[in-house]
Amino acid sequence: MPAPQQRRLIFAHIDEPGYTRDLACYRKHGGYEVMKRAFARPPAELIDEVKKSGLRGRGGAGFSCGLKWTLVDRKSGKPIYLIVNADESEPGTFKDRYILHQDPHQLLEGMMITCWANNVQQAYIYIRGEMPHGARILETAIAEARAANLCGPNILGTNYSCEIYVHRGAGAYICGEETGLIESLEGKRPYPRIKPPYFPAVLGLYQCPTIVNNVETLCHVKHIADMGGDAYAQIGTPNNTGTRLLCVSGHVRRPGYYEFEVGKITMGQLLNEVCGGPLPGRTFKAVIPGGSSAKVLRFGEKFKIKQKDGSVVELGVEDLPMDFDTLAAAGTMGGSGGVIVMDDSTDMVAALANINAFYAHESCGQCTPCREGSLWMKKISSRMVHGEARPEDGELIRTVADQIAGRTICAFGEACSWPTQSFVAKFGEEFKGYASAPKSTGSMPLV
Amino acid sequence: MNLRPATLAQIDEVITHYPVKRSAVLPLLHLIQEEAGYISNEAIEWVAQKLELQPINVYEVVTFYPMFRQKPIGRRHIKVCRTLSCALTGSYQVCEQFQKEFGCAPGEISPDGEATVEFVECLASCGTGPVVMIDDDLHEKVDCARARELSDQIKAAARARPQP
Ligand SMILES: Cc1cc2nc3c(=O)[nH]c(=O)nc-3n(C[C@H](O)[C@H](O)[C@H](O)COP(=O)(O)O)c2cc1C
Ligand code: SF4
Ligand code: FES
Repeated sequence: MPAPQQRRLIFAHIDEPGYTRDLACYRKHGGYEVMKRAFARPPAELIDEVKKSGLRGRGGAGFSCGLKWTLVDRKSGKPIYLIVNADESEPGTFKDRYILHQDPHQLLEGMMITCWANNVQQAYIYIRGEMPHGARILETAIAEARAANLCGPNILGTNYSCEIYVHRGAGAYICGEETGLIESLEGKRPYPRIKPPYFPAVLGLYQCPTIVNNVETLCHVKHIADMGGDAYAQIGTPNNTGTRLLCVSGHVRRPGYYEFEVGKITMGQLLNEVCGGPLPGRTFKAVIPGGSSAKVLRFGEKFKIKQKDGSVVELGVEDLPMDFDTLAAAGTMGGSGGVIVMDDSTDMVAALANINAFYAHESCGQCTPCREGSLWMKKISSRMVHGEARPEDGELIRTVADQIAGRTICAFGEACSWPTQSFVAKFGEEFKGYASAPKSTGSMPLV
Repeated sequence: MNLRPATLAQIDEVITHYPVKRSAVLPLLHLIQEEAGYISNEAIEWVAQKLELQPINVYEVVTFYPMFRQKPIGRRHIKVCRTLSCALTGSYQVCEQFQKEFGCAPGEISPDGEATVEFVECLASCGTGPVVMIDDDLHEKVDCARARELSDQIKAAARARPQP
């Protein structure tokens, strides 16, 4: 089956010649009209639209956006905050970057609709420190919007006011985790908070109810407010609605960012047709489908996937539709939409050692299993690559990983264990025979 | 602490963004590092005083976040992405190339003071790897040849700079 066409909702104007990031251009394309209509509606109605839309968060966990908003404590009498998670730090993910740099007003419009719907009067955009231009672009866009009375005091002549500020991170991956992000925004080390009791919806920023949403998620809110929740839910597949930005990197001919209806494209269509297939003379070996934390898939493995009607079908990696539920059923996740491809030149031990070095560097260090475990996984896998592999090393790091997941404050514990668990489970023979195996040729050093 | 009036004005403005002063620690550190090049002990104490905190509250932030540094670096800061997608497309060789060009080990200042080269983790541009940030600017698809070109540009700019 040929791959479906892209459906560009969020990326409608990305890379469009002549499209600029200023307010005038955004308005020429109908910008802020949806917000104006939304402001004429009662907030509860907008929350309902988002619930009906079935929108699931695009930051990693795929949590229902409508449900998240419903959980916000509205009786506490404290202010409610909105934080945009623009940390974009999950390796393999590079989608929010283009929204922030090329179409910042789309995000601002989505934010303002969200703020109105949830009675938020103060919003922050937490942008990773390594996007200094992005931060300046956002600040300019906010100033433009404020001057046009689209945010700030008495928006559009109403008595509703809402300020937006940009807050820059400083290079730490854990700031992407929402409670770590909140600590960081409070001016502290980004040590994630334990849940319960610190669910952001109840005890978030300054111990006030707080909504944390990803950049892409909030852009979808604009389109939901525009077309209505029911119409939006018709896009994509049931329980996996809307479109999704997919970022493909690594060993393919045409890496890049693409937008498709969720679940309407398979991994095979994406990699072989949209991305042009493997590099000349190569074949695909493995793919990580949702950012480096997601479990790796091995080409050739088969998955028994339960269908909506209860029947079970056997699918290969290429046959998997790229939706949240199917990827979860295949033992991995859609995560952040970052698809990392490895071909037959890849040394899987070295690839894992590369990932492990990332997690060892980024663990915040609060929980002993994560701090120590991530370091040992890195040390052992790098030692393997640097000429001192032992046949039992694969199993050894797997036992380390098994002792982290489920025993930590935040989901980083899982994020750093899943790569090791899945690489060793699926490429065990490479780990066992590593000391004596001839190194694959033409591969790049990875550690 | 000798900060430019413009920086001081920015500092006072940014503090108003938050209901709690402590939230301004990161923005203040960014502003100071942009002007001074690094965060000195004096800067830590100054920020603490400005935000009514203990110096340890600022110090622990400086030591945690990779982007803050307590020592000066070369005139240009070359950051090569080390993480998987970029490594798969050759970033280890690119980092080595930059080090060779400037004759320095990772994280060190080159003998001519012109550059500091280091590895950083994923820069969120994995589809155009290997990627390199030089100061505030992102460079995409940087192979070894491009690394040589970029290095030559930096060296040429250094030669063109009037000598003090
Ligand atoms: C270790 C870790 C890193 C994360 N990094 C990011 C990130 O860079 N960007 C992001 O939007 N969400 C990230 N998340 C997910 C956030 O915690 C949070 O679920 C998300 O921002 C919620 O927004 P959404 O519901 O719109 O997806 C991360 C989670 C974990 C555990
Ligand atoms: S799991 Fe790791 S990153 Fe998360 S809080 Fe614990 S030590 Fe920090
Ligand atoms: S891996 Fe290099 S930018 Fe993401």
